Parts: sequence; structure tokens; C-alpha cells
Amino acid sequence: MKLSRITILALAVTIAAGAASAREQIRIVGSSTVFPFSTAVAEQFGKTTDFATPVVESTGSGGGIKLFCAGVGTAHPDIANSSRRMKAKEFAMCQDNGVTEIVESLIGYDGIVIANANSGPTFALTLEQIVIALAANGPMPSTWDQVDPSLPAIAIEVLGPPPSSGTRDAFEELVMHKGCKLTDLVECEGVSIREDGVFVEAGENDNLIVSKLEANPNALGIFGFSFLDQNSDVIKGTSIDGVEPTFENIVGGEYEIARSLYFYIKVAHIGVIPGIAEYAAEFSSEAAAGEEGYLTDKGLIPLFEDELAQNTDRVKGLKLMTGDEWN
Amino acid sequence: MISMTELSKIHNSPESAARLKKRRAAEWRLKAYGIMAITLAGAALVTLMWSVVGKAAGAFTESYITLPVYLAADEIDPDGTGERAIIGRANFGGVTKDALKDAFPFVKSRGDKRAMYDIISGGAAFELRELTMADPAIIGQTIDFRFLASDIADLYLKGSYGDLVEQNAGGTLTVQSDGKTAVVTSSTTDFAFVMARVKSDLLAKAAFNRDQAALQENGRAVFTQRGDLDEAAKREAARDRLLGVAEELEARAALDGGREALDKNSPSVLVRMGETWVKLTEVSATGGEGKIIGVLDSGVRAAGDWQVYLQDLPEASRKVSDLQIVLIENLRSAGAVETVFSKRFFMAGDSREPELAGIWGAAVGSFWTMLVTILLAFPIGVMAAIYLEEFAKKNWVNTFIEVNINNLAAVPSIVYGLLGLAIFLGFFGVPRSAPLAGGIVLAVMTLPTIIIASRAAMAAVPPSIRDAALGIGASKLQTALHHVLPLSMPGILTGTIIGMARALGETAPLIMIGMVAFIVDVPTGVMDSATVLPVQIYRWSDFPERAFEARTSAAILVLLVFLIFMNGLAVFLRKRFERRW
Repeated sequence: MKLSRITILALAVTIAAGAASAREQIRIVGSSTVFPFSTAVAEQFGKTTDFATPVVESTGSGGGIKLFCAGVGTAHPDIANSSRRMKAKEFAMCQDNGVTEIVESLIGYDGIVIANANSGPTFALTLEQIVIALAANGPMPSTWDQVDPSLPAIAIEVLGPPPSSGTRDAFEELVMHKGCKLTDLVECEGVSIREDGVFVEAGENDNLIVSKLEANPNALGIFGFSFLDQNSDVIKGTSIDGVEPTFENIVGGEYEIARSLYFYIKVAHIGVIPGIAEYAAEFSSEAAAGEEGYLTDKGLIPLFEDELAQNTDRVKGLKLMTGDEWN
Repeated sequence: MISMTELSKIHNSPESAARLKKRRAAEWRLKAYGIMAITLAGAALVTLMWSVVGKAAGAFTESYITLPVYLAADEIDPDGTGERAIIGRANFGGVTKDALKDAFPFVKSRGDKRAMYDIISGGAAFELRELTMADPAIIGQTIDFRFLASDIADLYLKGSYGDLVEQNAGGTLTVQSDGKTAVVTSSTTDFAFVMARVKSDLLAKAAFNRDQAALQENGRAVFTQRGDLDEAAKREAARDRLLGVAEELEARAALDGGREALDKNSPSVLVRMGETWVKLTEVSATGGEGKIIGVLDSGVRAAGDWQVYLQDLPEASRKVSDLQIVLIENLRSAGAVETVFSKRFFMAGDSREPELAGIWGAAVGSFWTMLVTILLAFPIGVMAAIYLEEFAKKNWVNTFIEVNINNLAAVPSIVYGLLGLAIFLGFFGVPRSAPLAGGIVLAVMTLPTIIIASRAAMAAVPPSIRDAALGIGASKLQTALHHVLPLSMPGILTGTIIGMARALGETAPLIMIGMVAFIVDVPTGVMDSATVLPVQIYRWSDFPERAFEARTSAAILVLLVFLIFMNGLAVFLRKRFERRW
């Protein structure tokens, strides 16, 4: 009893001491898609500089920006990763909470691929066909040959991320909203993914989708390019509008289902938390995000050269967001 | 009253025999269901363990590549100061690359060099740096250093990307080399197996094209029926094109002899002559043409001086390239490759590179978190139980509290995370991601379990003990603390340990308070940012790199060992100290 009283006392002292001391590490929150890249940079940064290794949290894009915009001070994160651009509404929330100075930085692109098991049929789809197959307000076909008679006569089954995922947002924007304009069968107004069991929400974990595809060769899966890249011995990508989802095609822009990845820097924390500017510079450097940078080994699709140069200028010069980005 | 004869009639009649049979059958069925249920559960457990253990095996070993490395004084410590800080700033990544360049001087192109550097882990340079900093005397010397192999090299060595299989080759090989490419011709049909393989691939491709053509034909028929002749014509053209391709492929496959090209999507064929290899890009039954990896002059090789290998998995379908395989195989033949038990997995913190990642950081984080949990949950839980069991009056307030405690035990754990975020982080300002925050949240989650178990244990102490204590003049407090509590301790500890085991395996409430994070440094206290074992498993399972799969399973095993140990301890305490009245 006495012992535990001492321990509790000791604990209380530690708490008080800890709470008083300032934070040494950069805190990063946000997208689970950017997480593999952000952590790689954080580790490299911790190893090669004298700064502490940043702590990176995987909270999802929306959750991360919410934390980021909650205020200025060491209790709040310094950098937010996002697999989509910050929304005007979120920017306004930031302003309201005193986070007025934000620098936006591009990271690169992430391809979204549709793939199935090597043992299954090879699909070649068009945006139009995907929308007809998956739209809730379309003809809701049950087999692929109902979508187009030249597709195999097997049941439509697509495994994909749940609505909470940024990959899902991007898929809806880049495929559903674009594809609906190409067909008369689906109204663009309120187009969404059907919920009658044909589209199966398989969770946020892309590795899980890959192993489910292996077990079910007729099913298609939707996930990030890096998972296709790492598992190309068991799954194959579906060509969209005749373009195969390969690294070269996504980099070159021929494969169109790719989204930009961003991170946001809280300028008010620079100088308070050591290393923020240096970390941002590392993330946007040629050695990390360039065409032959170490992030491309992790599956990042790099920016075009002029984009990268522009972005580096923006980060180095700390060009603030003005609020006109959405006009 | 029933007479004895009637009674024996009941038991001896044919109806009774039928009844008895039915009852026995029911009993037999119940037993069978029970055995089936146990078998099913057992099979599920065995399958789970089998898959986890099978996958985990790869994580417990790691590969090293030993290369001579020259630690040039003018690059590392030009002034010969021997100071740690100066040596630490030297470019050891460059030194590592130079070691590889010296080992394989024939690797020239930029892309090939990048592939070559990729067989050694990015962490190896930091280990070389540490070694040099610890012992500056080695600067200026050439030492044999064990470089940690990268994840792809390690996976290749463990057979994850298929095996390089040697084929029978009995002819004499004539080599015509121009330095970069070589034409190799065997005196016998040593490459017939490749041709057979290529031809079966051609036929498969042709069959695939015919299938696609059949689908286009479906389209043509449907659109003709619908009267959409434009679309029908398009499909017809596509069909004819596909059929044309199929026929051409079939013609190529039927041709005797001939040459076929090998590309990234066909199996790799490698001809080995000592340290030099030729990767074939074109093949016939007796030989072929290919790219030289190494240094090769024209000449003749006797049977036995050369081998031919087939790697079944096409280069496009694996992360390890043919060049990397050749380099690794050369190193393996030279005895420079070893695969040893990986202490690193147990001793290292997290990393984004699978070969460098370990569970120590998460294990220590789990320790701090559990420490906070037990220090809070155990005393509070036991004190609450003593009050409720020994002192509280039976009135509606206490009944209400009791019911709510039982309800809390069944609340989904994520709710506790939300509570922690709102109250402990938001109101009390406990730092995010700290074991203190996690420990408090898990303590709140574990409390109901401990209270319920402790109350049950105290309720099992017979009233005679209390009566005897009170009878000799002990106060109520003395009765509770001196008699009831010690006697119920085994039950209380069992409940606590089981509650702790549940808390140890929890991730959901920790998401909210920021413990699902990438943290490289091992936490040194309850205020440092930390993560815990189950979170580590959850995060590793989400990384794309193949090598994390083994690490995920291995971390699951470690967590299971902890849980089994804790539950075993609970069983031991119960068996050892339990009293029966």
C-alpha cells in the first residue's frame, strides 16, 4: 500500500513536470494515404538531422485538418497531411481559430487503380462502363455483360473503401462524376455508388482488399497504386479507357484516375517547435519527392519537374494561402 | 397407487424401449454436437495459429551482405580529429555505395546502379557510421562490414519471389560477345525447355485473344439485333483484329525452331558462367542472345562450366529485378550472404523500412500504458468493490450504481476513447499520444471488470468469517481489510489480470487520443509520445511493403505470448491461492 502511494506520488510529479515542458518534436496528423510517405520523410529527417523524429498520426484527411485548425499553441499539431485539397470551409474554420498563416505544399500524385486476381478474367473498362455498373441512380445491372455485351458474363462485384476514406472521395470525384457525363443512362445530379451489395465496402485496409481479391478471382477491387505495385505477382490492373495503370502511365498523365496529395504547414509554429521549416523542405525536396527520390520507391507518383520547382519555391518562401484558392 | 407389476410394465413395454432408445439417441446427438463444436473451434484456432506462425517465420531472421569497405580518411575525417561529431557528419551513404561499386564495377548505367544500391538497406550506412564513431581507429582502413540486406533482397533470399531453378544443360557453349550483349549457342538443344515454355505462353495468349474476340462477337450480335449497326461494325472490327492476333500467335507457336523474344512479362532465363551472367532477351532451342551482367569475352565453355537458370515469375511481377538476383546470387556463391536470427525485431523501434522495424518501441509503450492503467484501475476498482460489497446499504441509489457498472462493462471501447479525448485531453490537458492518456482511458475501461470480479470474489467469502471477526471485536473496516480482502485476493487478482489482458489488446480507444501514430523513438516515460503493441500490428498490416506482412504476424505472436502469459498467471494465482469453503 505504501509503495503504491509513493508510486502514485511519483507519477503525479512526473505529470506536472512533463506538462510544463515544451514539445520538442514536430507533430503531424492527417491522411492515411499520405501516412506512408510522411513517415518515411519523418524517419529520414530524424536520422539525418539533429532534430527529434516527428510524430506522425494517421487520422484521415478530414480529422487531421480539424485537429490542425483547432488552434495555435503546442497542444495543436504543426502539420496536416491531406489526400485532397483543404476545403474553403476548413480554411474558414482555421481562420476563426486563429490559424491564419498556412502554407500549402503539394507532395505528388496517388493513382487509384481497379484490379483483380491474376487467375480471373482480364478486364478492360471505360469510365462510362464503370459508372453504369456502379451508379445507384443508373440501370443497376447485375452482370458485366449487361453493362456492355462485350464484357464477360460474370456477376459485378467490386470491393472498395468505405465513405470515410479519402480514396473513396477521390474515386467518386474522378470516376463517378466524370463518367456520368459520358453516358445518358446515369444522371450526374446526385450520382453515388450503389448500396445493394454489388459494391462491397471492404474497409480502409488496402492489403485486406488485395487478399480478398486473391480469394475471389471474379471480383474487382479499388485501391491505391502502391498496393498494385507491391502485389503485381498476384493481382493485375484493369485498363481504363485503354490505358494500363502503370507507374509510367500515371506519371505521364495518360492514366487519369490520380489525385494530388498535400500537406499544410502552420507558420505560427515555425520557430516555436524546432525543425518545421527543415522538415517541410525535406518533404518537398528533389531527393524525397523528385522523380528518383526515395518516396517514389514507396509508390508516390512524383510531380512534374516544373510543378516540383514551383512547389519548392512556395515552401521555402513560405507563401501563405490567401483564401482565393477556391475561386 | 401404481402396483409393482404395472411399474415394471412401464419399464419393460415395447413403448418404453422405444422411449429409452429415443432418449439415448438424444444424448448421443448432444454429445456429437459438443464434439463437433469443439473440433470446429479447435480447427479454427489451429488454422489461425498455423497461418500466423507460418507467415511470422520470416520476421525472426534477417540477412546480411558482407562487403569490403574502404573508409577513406579524407572523406570521413580529413583532419584526423577522431571527434564523434565530425565523423557523424560524413557521407556514409556514399561510402556504402562505393563499397557496392567496388564489388560490382561492371554495373554502369544509372538505373542499374539504383537497382544495385537497393539490395542494401538504407539503415546499413547508419550502422557503419555508428561503428566508425565508436572506433575512429578504423578510418583509413579497408574493413569487412556486414551490411544489412534490404527488404527485397531479404525476401528474395527467403524465397518470396520464386526460386531460381537450374535446368539441365549438357552441351558445349559458344559465346560471341561484344562487351554489352552476347550470343550464346549450345552444341545441343539445351534451351528447348525455354522454347516449350515460350510456346505454351504464346498459345495461352492466343487463347486469351480468342476469348476476347468471342466477347466482341457477343457485342456485335447484340448490337446488330438492337439495330445499332455502327457499334456492331466497331465490335466486328475489334473481333477480327483479335482473331488476327490469335492466329499469328498460333502460327508462331506451331513453327518448328525459330527464335522468340523474352520480355519483362515472360519468365527470365539466365545463363551463368562463373561470376558472369547473360540475361537472355531472345531465345531459340539451342541458344539465344542477351544482355551481359558482368564481364564476358568470346570463347567456348565446356559442359559443366556453365549453367542455365529459369526464374518462373516474370520480372514485371516481382519487386526484385534480374540484375539484383544476379548480384545476390554472386554474393551468395562467394559466401558473403548470411541469414541470421533477428535481434533487431525485438530490440528496435518502429521504422518505415521493414528490415529496420522492430517492436521494442511499441512493447515499451505498452508497458508504460499498462503501468498507468494498473496503478489507477486496481486501487480504485478494489476500493469501489469493498465499499459496494461490505459497506453500501441496499437502497435504490446503490442498486442504480450497480446496474450501471454492469452496463459499463459492455460499452464498446471506442466510447472510452471519445471520453478520453473530451475530458482528459480536452479538459485536463493530458498530452496527446502519451501513455498517460492511454493508461487513463484504458483504466476507465477496465474498472467495471475489476469491480465486478472483486465483488464476486468478496461475496464468495463465507459470512462466518465476517461474523467471527466482528464477534471478537473487530471493526467493520478491520473485518474488510484484515479478513475479507486477503481471502478474496486470488479472485480479485484473477479479475484484474483478465481485465488488463483485455486492455493490452485494445486499439479502438487509442485512435481517438492519438496513439495510432508513427513513433520512432522508444518512450522513456509516461509523458513521451508512444504507441502500443496492438496499434503497431494494426499499422503494419496497412503498409504496402510485402515484408511488413511477416512483421505483422510476428508482432501478433509476441502479443499472444504476452496474453497467454498473463492468463496463465491468472490461472496460477487461482489454483495456488484459491480457498474453497
